Amino acid sequence: MTATDTVRPHQPMGSRELAAVRADFPLLGRTVRGGKPLVYLDSAATSQKPNVVLEAEVDFYEQRNAAVHRGAHHLAEEATEAFEDARAAVASFVGADVDEIVWTSGATAAINLVTYALSNATAGRGGDAAERFRLAPGDEIVVTEAEHHANLVPWQELCARTGATLRWFGVTDDGRLDVSDVDAVITDRTRVVAFGHVSNVTGAVAPVAEIVAAARRVGALTVLDACQSVPHLPVDLHELGVDLAAFSAHKMLGPTGVGALYGRRELLEAMPPVTTGGSMVEVVTMTDTTYMPPPQRFEAGTQMVAQAVGMGVAAQWLDELGMDRVAAHERELAAELLRITEIPGVRVLGPTDPTDRIAVVSFVVDGVHAHDVNQVLDDQGIAIRVGHHCAQPLHRRFGLAATARASASVYTGVEDIVAFREALAGVRAFFGEE
Amino acid sequence: MSSLQNLYQQVILDHAKHPHGHGLVDVPSGHLAGESHQVNTTCGDEVTLRVDVRSTDDGATLERVSWEGQGCSISQASASVMTELVTGQDLREVERLDAAFHALMGSRGKGLDDEEVLDALGDGTAFTGVSQYPARIKCALLGWAALKDSLARSGALADRPGGSDD
Repeated sequence: MTATDTVRPHQPMGSRELAAVRADFPLLGRTVRGGKPLVYLDSAATSQKPNVVLEAEVDFYEQRNAAVHRGAHHLAEEATEAFEDARAAVASFVGADVDEIVWTSGATAAINLVTYALSNATAGRGGDAAERFRLAPGDEIVVTEAEHHANLVPWQELCARTGATLRWFGVTDDGRLDVSDVDAVITDRTRVVAFGHVSNVTGAVAPVAEIVAAARRVGALTVLDACQSVPHLPVDLHELGVDLAAFSAHKMLGPTGVGALYGRRELLEAMPPVTTGGSMVEVVTMTDTTYMPPPQRFEAGTQMVAQAVGMGVAAQWLDELGMDRVAAHERELAAELLRITEIPGVRVLGPTDPTDRIAVVSFVVDGVHAHDVNQVLDDQGIAIRVGHHCAQPLHRRFGLAATARASASVYTGVEDIVAFREALAGVRAFFGEE
Repeated sequence: MSSLQNLYQQVILDHAKHPHGHGLVDVPSGHLAGESHQVNTTCGDEVTLRVDVRSTDDGATLERVSWEGQGCSISQASASVMTELVTGQDLREVERLDAAFHALMGSRGKGLDDEEVLDALGDGTAFTGVSQYPARIKCALLGWAALKDSLARSGALADRPGGSDD
C-alpha cells in the first residue's frame, strides 16, 4: 500500500473520476421534459444502476438461467453458484457471514418477515428455541417517530396480533432522534427495538451504539432498517452489534425486487419460518414437515435469482470504489445540498449541520406547496421527491403534510446540486411570493 | 407560453391564493347535508367538503359547497373553481360538469373539442395543462372526488326522481 492509498479513502472523488463513474450509468445520459439534461436527485427513493448490474442480469438469463438448489445438471450448478456467490458478496459488503443473509423481495418484506416470525413464535411455532421471540400483553416494542412506514406499520400490526404495546423515541427540533430518555423508553418490558440507521427524510444518522447498548441491557432484540445507510456509508453489521437488519438492492445501485434480511446466526437458527413451501424443507410427510437451516428456511419458493445476482454485483461495484470514498464524496454533496438554507424562504427539515447525516435533504419553501416546488424543478429536468416520503408521523411532528426532498448518490455531482439550487432560488418568484 | 406557464395559468394562481368556498358552513335544517374527507395518498393533501342540497319539484339543487383543506395550488384552485361552477346548479348539471371535468383531465393535454362543454366548464378549462402531468391529475380531482362522495352521502342522488343514471 502506498501513501496515496492510505489518504485516498477520505477524499471525495475528483471530477475525472466522477465522470468515469457517471459514464457507467446509462440512464444519467438521457434528457427529460423536451431535451433538458436530467439532474437526478431522487436516489433515496431509488438509485440508478451501473452497466455491470444491468449486464449481470442479462448475462444470467442468457448464459446461466436454471433452477437454483434443485437441479443437478451443469446449468443448475452454474446458476446456484452465481446465486450463492451473490449472497457472499452482499454478506461481505455489510460485514456479515454468508449464512446470515436471507434474500427477500426488499427491505419491507424483510421487516415483515421478522414480525411474522415473532407472530408464529407467539402462536407456539418454533419449539423451545423460539421462546425468546414470544410476545404477550405487557411486552413492549420500541420504534421511533422518524421511521419509514415500512418499519412502523409491521410493528403496529404485530402489537395488534400479540397484545404487545408500541412505544417510541421522539425526534428533536433539528430532526435527530431524541434518546435523552433512552432508559425510560427501553425498559425491562422492552422485547424489540426497531429503528432506522439513517432517516430517509432528515438524513440524520441514528446513535446506533447507544440504542444497541440500552437494548442489550434489557435483553431486547434490535432490528435495524439499513436502507438508507448501506448505499451511502460503510456499514459493518457485526460491528454495529444489531440482531437483525433489512436493506434493499434498488437503493444501492442494484435491481428492484430483491433485498436482504440480516440476522445473527443463532437468531435465524431459532426463528420459525414464515413463508412455507418448496425449497425450505427437509422431510415432508402428510402431517409434518421439518425445515432446513437458515438462510434457506426463509426462502420458500422460486427465488429472484437474476436480481440477487445483480445485487451481488452492485455490492461488489461499491466495494471496489470503496465505501469510505463514497461517504467522503457524499459528505461534500450533503454540504452543497444544505446550502439551500441560504435561499430566502427555504427551510430544511432535519439537521443543517453536515455531521452525522447523509446527502438526503428535505425542505419546505414558505408559501409554496411541495408539489408546486417540484413542478418548477421538474420543468428544468430536475428530479426530486415530494410528499411525506412514507413517514407521515415525522411530518406530523413538524406540522407538515408534505415536504420536498433532494437526495444524492455516488454518481451525483456538485454541478447537479448547483443546478438544483439555482432552480430552487427561482421558485418563490414564479408563484409571486417575493 | 412554456409548459410550466401553461400549467400554472394566472386564473389558477389567483384561485389558489383566494379560494372560493373555503371554510365549512353549516347546512340549514330541511336541506340535505353530506360531507366527505378525501386524501391524496401521494402527498398527504386533504380536503373536507360539505354539500347543502335543496329538493325541488323536479329534482334537487346544490345550494352551497363549502370546504377546507390543505394542498398544492392545483388542488386548491381546482376545488375553488369547482365550487363556482356547481353552486346553484341542478344535480343533473353537476353530474354533467363532473363528467366534463374528468374528460378534460383524461385528455393528455389536448383539451376538449365540444364548444358547449368548454363553455360550461368556464374557468375549469384553465386546468387543461394539468392533464399533461399524470402525477398532478389527482390534485385537480381531489375536490371533485369529495363533491361526488358528499353528494352520495347526502342521500340526494338516491332521492332524485329518475335515479342517478338519467
